[in-house]
Amino acid sequence: MELLCPAGNLASLKSALQAGADAVYLGLKDDTNARSFAGLNFTPAKLQEATELTHMRGKKIFLTLNTFPKPGEEHRWYQAIDLAAKLGIDALIVADLSLLDYAHKHYPQLPLHLSVQASATNLGALSFYKEAFNIARVVLPRVLSIKQVRDLAKVSPVDLEVFAFGSLCIMAEGRCHLSSYVTGQSPNTGGSCSPAKHVRWQEEGQDRLTRLNDVLIDKSALDEQMGYPVVCKGRYITDDQDSPQYLLESPTSLNTLSLLPELAKAGIVSLKIEGRQRSPAYVEQVTRVWRQAIDTYFENPDKFHSQPQWEQALAKVSEGQITTLGAYERNWQ
Amino acid sequence: MRISLGPLLYCWQKQQVIDFYQHVAASQIPLVYLGEAVCSRRRELKWGDYLELAQMLKQAGKDVVLSTLALIEAPSEYTELKRQVDNGEFMIEANDMAAVYLAKEHKLPFVCGASINNYNRASLDILQGLGMQRFVMPVELSKAWLEQVIQDKPAFEVEVLGYGYLPLAHSARCFTARHKQLTKDSCETICRQYSKGLLAQTQEMQPLLRLNGIQTQSAACLDLGSEIATMDQMGVDVFRVSPSSAECIAKAEALIEALKTQRVLYVPISDEQCDGYWFGEAGLTTHAS
Repeated sequence: MELLCPAGNLASLKSALQAGADAVYLGLKDDTNARSFAGLNFTPAKLQEATELTHMRGKKIFLTLNTFPKPGEEHRWYQAIDLAAKLGIDALIVADLSLLDYAHKHYPQLPLHLSVQASATNLGALSFYKEAFNIARVVLPRVLSIKQVRDLAKVSPVDLEVFAFGSLCIMAEGRCHLSSYVTGQSPNTGGSCSPAKHVRWQEEGQDRLTRLNDVLIDKSALDEQMGYPVVCKGRYITDDQDSPQYLLESPTSLNTLSLLPELAKAGIVSLKIEGRQRSPAYVEQVTRVWRQAIDTYFENPDKFHSQPQWEQALAKVSEGQITTLGAYERNWQ
Repeated sequence: MRISLGPLLYCWQKQQVIDFYQHVAASQIPLVYLGEAVCSRRRELKWGDYLELAQMLKQAGKDVVLSTLALIEAPSEYTELKRQVDNGEFMIEANDMAAVYLAKEHKLPFVCGASINNYNRASLDILQGLGMQRFVMPVELSKAWLEQVIQDKPAFEVEVLGYGYLPLAHSARCFTARHKQLTKDSCETICRQYSKGLLAQTQEMQPLLRLNGIQTQSAACLDLGSEIATMDQMGVDVFRVSPSSAECIAKAEALIEALKTQRVLYVPISDEQCDGYWFGEAGLTTHAS
């Protein structure tokens, strides 16, 4: 079972490798990936350095190309695929049909992982991508219950990767337009959800107002823990309730440590840690805990239980310091 | 250009749905999509009921397309989808790649719905090669984006959602049930209480979202009625009206008239409407014209 960790820059990549990642994933410094934030990601030269560094340690490196090419600018995405092939990247993480097609035709030896942004959640969708583009793996959207993951693992024609820890997207990824509805910026096209330039915090008396492109997403007490302002984690009002509620989700993070045995038994090949936009310290902390957890499990699968110090360490770096099993747990749904 | 009526995205009581489609049958609307596209737990109408409605509409001279679920998770949902694709008579609207796969396997033509991510021509041409006859543009794309995609005349038709509440996201979680402190597994189909979804406003009372079970929609109603002539000229084949009440039938008929008479339909945009996406802006905005 692979531990796959995020790298927003070289420092994070080194932290991940040092703390026990089996593989890292990263993106280029442009809108070819869905974490296109200022100060993040890799130039072609840095990508080469990252690849060499990772391979020297005997680990794997995956390039994320999970946005959808803009008409007239497709060549930039194709060039990124060419670059990955040239550098000997171990797999591409792709969502768009035309990119899967290009990579499959030009570099049949380069493994393709279907990005979570392709939103493939069932046998039919996986069969489609396997037969059309020979994908090796799918990253499952965070919408399936653990039972549904188990059922799918039994029949899937490709390997399964799941999100194990990090920020919690509560929508079927790749099909969420909440960010573009409010800001005009979409993860699918522009490469980021709720970009920082649209975020504004205002203090008003005892309250802190969180605005996204001027739309009031939340109003909180000054000492309240806050998550990153996204539309799905705001507090809103309905006609039948006077007080503002988290109608979609509260600021929480996904943490599946307690599900580790079930995920392993289901045959999941890779556990993904979210957070290319987070600090090297976050990457180090989370990778270390998950390395220990996975090793502890495989040493003695029957005796595994999540340890309090792991949970505490993860809670510290979680959004709102609260964690959830998300959709894996049927009652969450 | 033709006007279409999209699938009813809300959970109405069975008789209401039947009455609605009887009005549709008597209208001038030439192309009708129907079927449950949001949640498999809604069972007011069963598959057989939809087929009966489809037959009735076909006999009234309509082109009928059966819409399928946007989010397919459980094996039972996939089994049901197979049955729908295999109906032997009507074209389907694929709203998940699973439906594309099954249509391709059965060598059946299909429409690609807006919830399948089609952002460029190369991807669309791949789908056309697999049997796609028409594609519905993802709701967040603009006129300028579409112009580039269809610069060379495509071998498939192009449909744009022009009127109605925008479907913005789908989740495993049922927001309506959660709001009513119910679990998804014992939801009592509580979404029946909200015939246009549950309105969510910001703490400054700005209408923002519309919760429709597992689907999140825009609070504001998209209205591109004044763009209909432009769309026609640029090669859009179908303008979709997404219904939220029986009034939408009249709306669709007004658009048909506007097309016939080649008159630009002037629709004053009020606060509760939006058209930002079409002009390359945030979806909730109204473009100053």
